[in-house]
Amino acid sequence: MEERRYHSVRLDKDRCKGCTNCLRHCPTEAIRVRDGRAHILDNLCIDCGECIRVCEYHAKVAFTDSLPNIKAYKYTIALPAPTLYGQFRGLRNPAYVLEALKCIGFDDVFEVARGADVVTRAIRERMREPNLPKPMISSACPACVRLIQVRFPELLDHVVDIRQPMEVAAEIARAEFCRKHGCEPEDVGCFFITPCPAKMTAIRTPQPLGQEKSELSGAISMMELYGLLLPHVMKMQSDPNFVPATRYGVGWATSNGEASAVFPDNSLSVDGIPNVIRVLEEVENNKLNELTYLECNACVGGCVGGPLTFENNYVAKHAIRNLVKQMPEIHPDSNVPISMINKYKMRLDTPLEPNPVAALDESMTEAMRKMKRMNEIVARLPGYDCGSCGSPSCAAFAEDIVRGYSTEMQCIHIMRDRLQSLAAEMLDLAQTRRE
Amino acid sequence: MEELFSTTYPVAQADYVTAGKASADIKRRLKQLGVGGDVLRRVAVASYEVELNLVIHSLGGELTLTVFPDAVQLVSADVGPGIRDLAMAMREGYSTANEEARSLGFGAGMGLPNMKRNADEFDIQSEYGKGTTITMRFRLS
Repeated sequence: MEERRYHSVRLDKDRCKGCTNCLRHCPTEAIRVRDGRAHILDNLCIDCGECIRVCEYHAKVAFTDSLPNIKAYKYTIALPAPTLYGQFRGLRNPAYVLEALKCIGFDDVFEVARGADVVTRAIRERMREPNLPKPMISSACPACVRLIQVRFPELLDHVVDIRQPMEVAAEIARAEFCRKHGCEPEDVGCFFITPCPAKMTAIRTPQPLGQEKSELSGAISMMELYGLLLPHVMKMQSDPNFVPATRYGVGWATSNGEASAVFPDNSLSVDGIPNVIRVLEEVENNKLNELTYLECNACVGGCVGGPLTFENNYVAKHAIRNLVKQMPEIHPDSNVPISMINKYKMRLDTPLEPNPVAALDESMTEAMRKMKRMNEIVARLPGYDCGSCGSPSCAAFAEDIVRGYSTEMQCIHIMRDRLQSLAAEMLDLAQTRRE
Repeated sequence: MEELFSTTYPVAQADYVTAGKASADIKRRLKQLGVGGDVLRRVAVASYEVELNLVIHSLGGELTLTVFPDAVQLVSADVGPGIRDLAMAMREGYSTANEEARSLGFGAGMGLPNMKRNADEFDIQSEYGKGTTITMRFRLS
């Protein structure tokens, strides 16, 4: 039995009705309904949180750390994703939010937007190196990286091997805090304020994403903190000594923010998993090989569309845009010294490993036999993709049957036809007797 | 060599709505069979190009995927019109794509050269007035 992977996204069994909502919305077909409830297939789930969004019964949940967890450390630093600023309408200065985080119990704060500034510079330096495949694909969205590992493993060499902004931010935050206060690194807990479960999974299990260990101690959901922060943000005064991240770093919260910071001239930005899949298909077909940089976001609108955010993603995007407009026009190229990216770790520790959907069988001959059988089964199925069998589509159902996970009688339409013909036969039989 | 799996996709002329569906399905099936890496990537590129060629240039035809134990084969056979000047057609940058195709971003004149570059074996037979048959093989290492 394979060891189970950690996932932030999980099922609350008691709330699940066994309906087919999540089943049909899962972009990697990682959900099956069996015995009246949903099951998440461990190896296929990319923690994008699409199921959290569509579940009417709130049976899909994201596990994150809760605020009291920070007490496990002597000192704690909050690292808010720039998306957090978009949760507060009319916010004129990120400092209000940072001060509010201190009010609810953190000793210090460090903007992940500053990490994004540093990463912007690091990626731009990395892109100068020769012989890179085109386009290079952003590694910032862990759900998209996992999507590539599962569905597009042959594109992994396109993924830029630079750490996520939250990781770089945490390393710098901890180092600066220790220097300032003369304390030990292990006494300092760094908590990411996250818009999504994929980041939580990336922190708990960094190895599949190319890191031996995460710099972060945990992640706390934005949704959990929103209500606590709001009253403080409302009455906050700005700290005059605050040195903010650039508008580019803050811009990473919304789609095209990263691309326009990293490579504005020849980049493309795509958001929403189904759209990401379509664009990656184009890359696979070599139809985008003149493009230099591709930014992929699993959530519509970018991180502001994360399933753990409070504010509507369009409203949040608007708030970020208004905030950024008031910030000075400084690019990370001039704001982040090159010594910074030499001093801290920018590169991933290990190459990203493929995690492809398993072939129908280890032996190709047997796999082809199964594929033929699959075709025969599909021809018998109604093609409604209704999900009543517990598989996401008729094609996936046929695949589940040949893989031995389901049987044809799970199809209620086939079952109904068989019952009807059985009933007809019995009627015939009864009439024959009477004659 | 014994053929293990074969499937045929009809491709209609100028059907830009479903263009790319056949090559996407080919890709999906090869992944299910355990074909990956470099071969998959090359088949993906070549099958997309050949499918789009059928849509853009032919009067319609079909694309057949055949999998052998040691190779993947793609055969595109159309019902016309055939290529007038095959040598020209094989040149990079040469295209006879019409306005409609060009307006959709096609017609860069890289289709046939891309297929040839990506396939391990490439054969094209064409007779003007009759039709074109392209056969490509990709070795499974």
